[in-house]
Amino acid sequence: MNFTSPPYLTQNVSVQRIMLKVLAALVPAIAAYVYLVGPVILVQIGIASVACLLAEAALLKLRDKPLALFLGDGSALVTAWLIALSFPPLAPWWLVVVGSLFAIVIAKHLYGGLGQNPFNPAMIAFAVCIVSFPALMSQWPPVDMGAGVGEQLALVFGHAPRIDAMNGATPLDALKTALKLGEGHTSVGTIMADAAVFGRVAGRGWEWVAAAYLFGGLWLWQQKVISWHAPLSFIAGMAVLAGSLWLWDPQQFASPLFHLFSGGTLLGAFFIVTDPVSGCTTPKGKLIFGGLAGALAYVIRVFGGYPDGVAFAVLLLNIGVPLIDLYTQPAIFGMKGRKP
Amino acid sequence: MFQLFKFKGGVKPETNKAVSVTAPIAIAPLPAQLIVPLHQSIGGMPRPLVKAGERVLKGQRIGDPDKWISAAVHAPTSGTVVSVEERIASHPSGLPTLSVVLEPDGRDEWMERAPLDYASLEPERVRERLRDFGVVGLGGAVFPSHAKLVAAKAVPMEELVINGAECEPFMTCDDMLMRERAEEIVRGVGIFRDLLAPKRVLIGIEDNKPEALAAMRAAVQIVGENFEVVAVPTRYPAGGAKQLIRVLTGKEVPASTRSPEMGVQCFNVATAYTAWRAIAHGEPVLSRIVTLTGNVEQPRNWEVLLGTPLRDLIALGQPKADTTGYVMGGPMMGFEMPSLEAPIVKATNCIIAASPTLFPPPAPEMPCIRCGACAQACPHELQPFELYWFARARNFGKTQEYNIFDCIECGCCSYVCPSHIPLVQYFRFAKSEIWAREREKNQADAAKARFEFRNEREEREKAEKAERLAKAAAAKAAAAKPASEGVSAQSVAVTDNTAATLDPEAIKKATIAAAMERAKRQRESVQPKNTEGLTAAQSEEIAEIEARRTPLQKPTDQGEENSAPAIEK
Repeated sequence: MNFTSPPYLTQNVSVQRIMLKVLAALVPAIAAYVYLVGPVILVQIGIASVACLLAEAALLKLRDKPLALFLGDGSALVTAWLIALSFPPLAPWWLVVVGSLFAIVIAKHLYGGLGQNPFNPAMIAFAVCIVSFPALMSQWPPVDMGAGVGEQLALVFGHAPRIDAMNGATPLDALKTALKLGEGHTSVGTIMADAAVFGRVAGRGWEWVAAAYLFGGLWLWQQKVISWHAPLSFIAGMAVLAGSLWLWDPQQFASPLFHLFSGGTLLGAFFIVTDPVSGCTTPKGKLIFGGLAGALAYVIRVFGGYPDGVAFAVLLLNIGVPLIDLYTQPAIFGMKGRKP
Repeated sequence: MFQLFKFKGGVKPETNKAVSVTAPIAIAPLPAQLIVPLHQSIGGMPRPLVKAGERVLKGQRIGDPDKWISAAVHAPTSGTVVSVEERIASHPSGLPTLSVVLEPDGRDEWMERAPLDYASLEPERVRERLRDFGVVGLGGAVFPSHAKLVAAKAVPMEELVINGAECEPFMTCDDMLMRERAEEIVRGVGIFRDLLAPKRVLIGIEDNKPEALAAMRAAVQIVGENFEVVAVPTRYPAGGAKQLIRVLTGKEVPASTRSPEMGVQCFNVATAYTAWRAIAHGEPVLSRIVTLTGNVEQPRNWEVLLGTPLRDLIALGQPKADTTGYVMGGPMMGFEMPSLEAPIVKATNCIIAASPTLFPPPAPEMPCIRCGACAQACPHELQPFELYWFARARNFGKTQEYNIFDCIECGCCSYVCPSHIPLVQYFRFAKSEIWAREREKNQADAAKARFEFRNEREEREKAEKAERLAKAAAAKAAAAKPASEGVSAQSVAVTDNTAATLDPEAIKKATIAAAMERAKRQRESVQPKNTEGLTAAQSEEIAEIEARRTPLQKPTDQGEENSAPAIEK
């Protein structure tokens, strides 16, 4: 008669359930994607998922870990979906595969697998690919490019030439380039009047994908999978910086709302900086981590050379996580206001 | 409206209490044999007072408290002592512990019971009574109650908290005791109140026990006390002493502080009940209420004689066929009983028959994903995942930096962990490793100190000897030419003086005397070993030998005393 150690009761929770909830929270954004761009995103998600699961399986085998247990935990799928959603939807299949392999093999398993990676694997995939293949990673289609499913798939699988018309810049990039070309003679307002690229507050169509991330993220918060600290401070960090510069010179700087609904802001706020493994764990630490990442993402996307800055900002802040956590340990029971 | 405070963290597991409160408390029948461990409380190991073959009466003291933090143990019924020997303990280790095995004679014949009019007594006498009547914390921690009934010198006692929260799932022994014997509990609380003189007395009961709340309120009315009976929100571990103190008073008592230093003290309701029985009825703690529940046909509460083997108790509940074991305590902090022969002790508040359906085997352990659920659930606001990390890496220094000794092992972290990590096990491991290392270090330090002291002493003695020899030589030289004209009279006097003290005979005597004094001191300072946990027979034998030895030792002692003044010059 020897069963286990106390407590003998446990809550019905598991890593798998957490990961499945994260996947479920991504569904609204995927639906928006499918509606706006087309079912090609589902193909990309499929490619990333297969690549990630195969890489995961191979590495688990090499590391002599139980395959079913770890493949079933859903963490590789979360990485895969985040990669597919952060890459351009018409990126060639091999680019998605390269990103996936890098994320799983290098960023995850070489550091010890689930729970051990100091960097967010999906953001590593994005960073590696945008540094190595900047052109391919910058080509974002306009939402109604008029290409059929067949044409899109041909692009993804490399059977069709990558026509320029199909490969526009992201709204963020478009704005930045136009402002730069205008050399101070043009204004944000004039540029954003281009209804082909811009919508109500940000990129036409893309703002709806962003809104879907927000919706999914709020659901995750309601489900207590994530806490409010990192998303809120991430959004605040970006909004405060964007807002200050916008108030200072609205001609040259887009509104905070534009920035919140552009690029990877809301995906980052609810699905990236909330990654428990690579992010901060203390409440104060999460606030610092999120706030700095949001501000840094803004600086990189507005003043830097890349179309967006979320990935780099998060990765740079990942480096600081142990330090931030160390200095933000909360006071324990009975020791508040006392010297430990 | 009474102002309640909140404690952070905590969990809300299924309480499973309803099944065991339908029937009133029943008296468990007398078993064929009782195995009464002598060590049933925190602190010193009581010394056995009986030996095999002796007849004892119900309530007769069979174990004498050892030092202040300890409590007496008594014969739960009348009968014959079969043996005083090591028997399996009701402890997860299953190690043996010195126990009095008693064969009841069925007559249940009481010793003389003397009620105590405690109002006319000094508090110290009342505390001694509680110690000698075996009153200890019956919430499960079994800390001797008398030792907690002392207010801090510098801090006035503000609140006396009485714990009827009973937050562990399945457990209903305190609930039933409050329903059925509320008045005696309240009177027992009165004793504690008189000893501690707090400004307020607060009785905290989780709000899932409306009957107990009503019974206690009624009893407070009847007895005519001004105790406040407060319903506290049901959330595990609201019944932890520190959590209940927090909820009722807003005070957070840190791990490093004793609660009286913050003007508050806490006792369990069952403890108050036994204190009243001890004072007002002269009855020592011989039995306790035990919830027998879980995978049994007849879950209910039993008043069980201490020492009743588990086998006899569980038979009363009729365990179902798929029962795999028995948990003592609640499902959150309890442990699996090592054997059916292990006895019911003062700490046994609940026995849960376990089955795979009731307590499913844990899912496979996954790596920690640092989700922080454990930190949110921790009532002491620790960072369990960090502690886990360091414990696993055997980085015990770091675990202490992250306050591992503030962990109360309530199990909330393990309960919520999505990776199914047995966190509490890691923390227990780390704590025991730290204790082991500290012991080793202390031993090493003591050995080093002894070594250094000896070296120093040898050096000193060598130097002293050299000095003495040199002086003696000088004295000899001075004596050889006493009329050395160049030397002043004063210096001659000094040398003469030295020579007189350094009379070789006197030196020798003094050295011997000093050595004997040292030896004596050493003998006195060394505690006799292997005298803990002896049987009565062994103690007797030792006493005889001591008696034989005393006359032999006397002359030597006297000799030492006679020569002692020699070194006092």
